[in-house]
Amino acid sequence: MDRQKLIWTVVFAVGALGLIINALTRDAGSAYVKSVDHEFALVEKGKWVDVESDDALDFDLEGKERIRWSSEEQATYRDYQQSKQAKSDESKYSFSLSMTFGIWVAAMFTLFIMSFLFKDNPFYKFAESVVVGVSAAYWMVVGFWDVIIPNLFGKLSPSFISNWAMPGLSGEADFWYLVPLVLGIMLLWRLAPSGTWISRWPLAFIIGTTAGIRLMGFIHADFLSQIRNSIIPLAVFENGSFLFWDSFLNLVLIIGVLTAIVYFFFSIEHKGVVGKTARVGIWFLMVTFGAAFGYTVMGRIALLAIRLEFLFDDWLWIIDPAMNRIAGI
Amino acid sequence: MYDKLKNLDRRWIFLLMFLSVAIPIIIIGITGQSFPEKPTDLAYSTFNAIEDLKPGDKVLLSFDFDPASEGELGPMATAFTYHCAANELNMYFMALWPVGPQMIDNAIENVIKKDFPDLVYGEDYVNLGFKSGGEGVIKVIVTDFLELFSTDAKGTPFNDIPMNKEISSVQDMDLVINISAGSAGTKEWVQYAVTPYPDEITLVAGCTGVQAPLLYPYIPEQLPGLLGAIKGAAEYEKLVFDKYYRDEGKVVPGRYQEGVRRMGPQLVAHLLMILLIIAGNFIYFVEKKRGVQ
Repeated sequence: MDRQKLIWTVVFAVGALGLIINALTRDAGSAYVKSVDHEFALVEKGKWVDVESDDALDFDLEGKERIRWSSEEQATYRDYQQSKQAKSDESKYSFSLSMTFGIWVAAMFTLFIMSFLFKDNPFYKFAESVVVGVSAAYWMVVGFWDVIIPNLFGKLSPSFISNWAMPGLSGEADFWYLVPLVLGIMLLWRLAPSGTWISRWPLAFIIGTTAGIRLMGFIHADFLSQIRNSIIPLAVFENGSFLFWDSFLNLVLIIGVLTAIVYFFFSIEHKGVVGKTARVGIWFLMVTFGAAFGYTVMGRIALLAIRLEFLFDDWLWIIDPAMNRIAGI
Repeated sequence: MYDKLKNLDRRWIFLLMFLSVAIPIIIIGITGQSFPEKPTDLAYSTFNAIEDLKPGDKVLLSFDFDPASEGELGPMATAFTYHCAANELNMYFMALWPVGPQMIDNAIENVIKKDFPDLVYGEDYVNLGFKSGGEGVIKVIVTDFLELFSTDAKGTPFNDIPMNKEISSVQDMDLVINISAGSAGTKEWVQYAVTPYPDEITLVAGCTGVQAPLLYPYIPEQLPGLLGAIKGAAEYEKLVFDKYYRDEGKVVPGRYQEGVRRMGPQLVAHLLMILLIIAGNFIYFVEKKRGVQ
């Protein structure tokens, strides 16, 4: 074993030992739930009412059919500890193995991904593959249940979808939705061994409509509206008095717009006055790029901060900004 | 010095950045102290857009982000939801991103259920869920909600929800609040909702730092209020929770100070960035002076 491997083995061993001690002595990285009971009564045909709700006061619940079940809500370690100290036999708080497992998996995956900063490694590859696979599957399932079922089959055959997947869905069948159904089937045809050209027709439709929608959006919101928004007074007056700062800001805006436009105007060679104006335009563009870079840095640091907060708070219990645990425990 | 800086392994910079973010988080987390925030005009405009509404007014909250940008946008989502609930506005949640409904659930769970337990689902707030299609969805719902949102996120038919009886399209909303991590997001809301219907639809937004410079040209005509990145979130948090907690002598819970708390690491990390940029320029000019190609 070379020196570097030995150092990393020792680091991992000490880290793992520290995590185990932290988890066993301080319960760090554990999660807790509260059991919540629900009871509903059938007050009319097809109408269930929560017996604890104000609505239940309007009905005589005696002898009505009832349904009961329990669900779990996330609870804090403080609530769990207080319940334990009360030594109540009917404590609703309990340790959640599945949520604890979730915290540890999330923490490990965070570290796996961050390990790429040191160098590429199998842990990073594994985490990356899982993220890609899970994301693809999630998109597919969400697309099926949130779009294809309610917005396509739900429109074509509301009664069938109501019986099978979405109770309460009503309305008449709208056969115009056969058009997107056929286009969708044509699009999937590219997976067939022959006739893949068929998928080009719906693709052409998608590209055409998207280009049309985007073109109109940009012309209206980003071209015409921006021209209108740039027509502003160079000298701002309010109640007869001159506002220096507002006038200065408007002047900067106008100069910035005009000089940046000149920079992108290539029909005249950038020499003399045009060249100098274009040079000012470059300065404005550079300031814009600098502002964009600064904002991007701020965003990326915020993303790192939330991951570290998760590791220090939910996993290692070093900090407790939301006061979810009793201080010192 | 020059040679050391020139040949510095980039992993030392990663380590420095890690420490510059981690140490302030731990110090702020343990002491509970954070840096003061001074809200800017844009934060005030966003705050006032909600303050100007009357109890019972309808607000559409489109949560167009996912866990990848929750660090920046989560605090805004929490503060927006709190502000709307405290002003007794009717909240219609929706999402143009597939993980948006989980972000909505977080806001409902952490704000409405904890601090406004009297609010009733379907009467005071509703989660319409996610619809795919990006700008296509916006283009449809500005004239007809029911065309795409036939049910809410739980599968309840749209018209069976009491508060939905008052709306048929986005134009019926008194305010649209968008929290955006990219496309579809604030830009598309401006392009397909606000610009075609400037008198009917008013939009305020919170966005990631990457997007903010691209959205500034829309201010103030097409976008009267914008919270840019975690700084915008921290300013807005201060305005909202000053009004509902500090001004009433109450202590602000930690879950409502995420934005303000994350400004500590920002300060230290930005100082490090400035030092690194100066160091990079130092190397550049030394090399230029020595004539290194």
